[in-house]
Amino acid sequence: MTDLSYTSPRSGSRTANILLRWALYIMLGLFALFYLMPLFVMVITSFKSLDEIRTGDLISLPREVTFDAWRTAWSGACTGIQCEGVRPFFWNSVLIAIPAVLISTLIGALNGYVVAQWRFKGANLFFALMLFGCFIPFQVVLLPMARMLGLMGMAGTIPGLIFVHVIYGLGFTTLFFRNYYVSIPSELTKAAKVDGAGFFRIFWSIFLPLSLPIIVVTVIWQFTQIWNDFLFGVSFSQAGTQPVTVALNNIVNSTTGVKAYNVDMAAAIIAALPTLFVYVVAGKYFVRGLTAGSVKG
Amino acid sequence: MTKWLEEHMPKLVLAPSFIVVLIFVYGFIAWTAWVSLTRSRLLPRYEIDGFIQYDRLFASPRWDTAFTNLFVFGFLFIVIAMILGLILAILLDQNIRTEGAIRTIYLYPMALSMIVTGTAWKWILNPGLGLEATVRGWGFEDFTFNWLVDPDMAIYTVVIAAIWQSSGFVMALFLAGLRSVDQEIIKAAQVDGIPTWRVYTAIIIPAMAPIFLSAFIVLSHLAIKSFDLVIALTGGGPGYATDLPATYMYTMAFSRGDIGQAASSAMIMMMVVFTIVVPYLYSELRTKDD
Repeated sequence: MTDLSYTSPRSGSRTANILLRWALYIMLGLFALFYLMPLFVMVITSFKSLDEIRTGDLISLPREVTFDAWRTAWSGACTGIQCEGVRPFFWNSVLIAIPAVLISTLIGALNGYVVAQWRFKGANLFFALMLFGCFIPFQVVLLPMARMLGLMGMAGTIPGLIFVHVIYGLGFTTLFFRNYYVSIPSELTKAAKVDGAGFFRIFWSIFLPLSLPIIVVTVIWQFTQIWNDFLFGVSFSQAGTQPVTVALNNIVNSTTGVKAYNVDMAAAIIAALPTLFVYVVAGKYFVRGLTAGSVKG
Repeated sequence: MTKWLEEHMPKLVLAPSFIVVLIFVYGFIAWTAWVSLTRSRLLPRYEIDGFIQYDRLFASPRWDTAFTNLFVFGFLFIVIAMILGLILAILLDQNIRTEGAIRTIYLYPMALSMIVTGTAWKWILNPGLGLEATVRGWGFEDFTFNWLVDPDMAIYTVVIAAIWQSSGFVMALFLAGLRSVDQEIIKAAQVDGIPTWRVYTAIIIPAMAPIFLSAFIVLSHLAIKSFDLVIALTGGGPGYATDLPATYMYTMAFSRGDIGQAASSAMIMMMVVFTIVVPYLYSELRTKDD
C-alpha cells in the first residue's frame, strides 16, 4: 500500500491532513454515486407506475410501489409478435450458457495441460494461434459461420449457439489454464511418469485437484461472456431461440404501443441479475479473470 | 498400440482444438477476405474482382461516418477511461478503510451486458423524461441535455455509457499495478523528502508502463468491438450518426443483404485490431520464450 499522504515527513500539520482525508472520502463517495446512479434509477423506475414516471422525476422514490412492471417484463412484454415477456428467453440463455461454459472449460483445461506440461514441437505454435484467435473481431467470422451452421443443420438453434460459444471461448479458456499450469513444476509430471502414471491419470489425480481456483475463474469468465453476449445471439438465433440480451433489446426498441419504461427497466434488471449475482458472490475471481485476460504471463 | 496411444496422447488431445481453430478462425478469416474481393451481394460469389468492395466502402458516406466515429469514440473512450481509472486507483490507494466495498461499487458495471448498460443510459438520457426533465423540475427551466437525439452529439452519449461501464476495470488494473511497484524505492523517496505528487509522477507511474499498455490494448479492443452498446443506446441513430464499423458490418450482412460490403468492412475492422494487437502479442510471446 502506498500510503503517501500519511507517512511523508514533509506533509503539513495534523489539521491539513484531516482536511485532506475528508476531501479524499468525499471524492470517493461522489464517484461511487456516479457508478451507482444508473442502477438506482433502474430499480426505482421499475417499481413506479407509468403515470408516476410521466409526472415524477428520475431519482425520486416511487410514491406507490408496484410490481406490475416486473410481472409484465417476466411474462407479458412483447418482443416483436410474441408477448411472453423475457421468461422463455431467460431460460434459453440458461440452456445456452451452462453446456457452453462446461464444455469450453473442460477442453480448455486439457489444452492448457498439454501446452504447459507436455511440450512437444508445435505446441507453442498452437498456443500462439489460439491466443491470436482471442483477439479477432468476431465480425470477421459472422458470415462464414452463418453458412456453416446452415450446412450443419444448426442454423437458428440452441445447439448451434452452444457450438459457436464453445469454439470462440476456447482461446481464453486454454489461455487461463495454460498460464496456471505453467507455474506447476514439470518435475511433478516427470516423476509421475516414472512411476508409471499415464496422461489422463496425471491430469486427473495431480492437476485437477490443484485447479479449483482457475476453474472458478474460467467458469465465471465464460459465464459472464456468454450470458452477456449479444452479437452471436442476434446473428445466429431465430424467433424462439433468442437469448435474453436479444429479447431485452427487442422489448426496449419495439416501436409498437406505449413505451413502458418501467417494464424496460425491470426486464433489464432481470437480464442483468445472473451476472450481477455471480459478481457479488465471487467478485474476487471475476476480477482475476478480467486481469488474467489482459495481463498475461 | 497402447504404447503408441500413450505416447501420442497429448497431440491427440490437442488435435480437435487445433483443427477447429484452423477452420473456424483462420479458414473463416480467409473466406471473408476472399469474398471481400468479389462482387458478392445477396449471395456469395467466388470470382475475384479486385478491390471493388473497398472502393465502394470508402466512397460510402455511411462508412465514412462509421469509421470516423470509431476514432472519435475510441480516442475519447480510451483516454478518459484511462485517466479516470488512474485517478480512482490513486485515490483508493491511500489506505482507505472501506476499500473493498468501494472497489466493488466501481467495478460492478463490468459484469453487466452492454445491452443492459445501453438500456439504462437510454432511459437516463431520454430528453423528455430523463435527466433533462428532472433538472428542469428542480427549477432550471432552460436546462437542455438532448445529446441522445442530436446527430452531432449522440456519439458522445456512447462514450459516456462506455466509460461508465469500463473505467472501474481500468481502476482495478491500475490498482494492482500501483501495488506491484517496489515499496522500498517509495520509502527511500519519502525519506529524502520528495513530495507525494513527485513520487507518483517520477517513480510510480513510469514503473507502471506495462499496465498502461495492457489497459490500452484491452480498451481499444473493447472500442472496436462495441456493437451491443450502440445498438441498445442509439440503434446507430439518429439516422446513421452513431454507426460504428461493427454496426455497419451487421447492417450490411443481415438487413441489407450486401455480403461484399459486410466482408470488406469486417476485414477493415480486423486490420485495425491487428495493427494494435499484433506488435503487443509478438513482444509478449517473445519475452516469454527467452
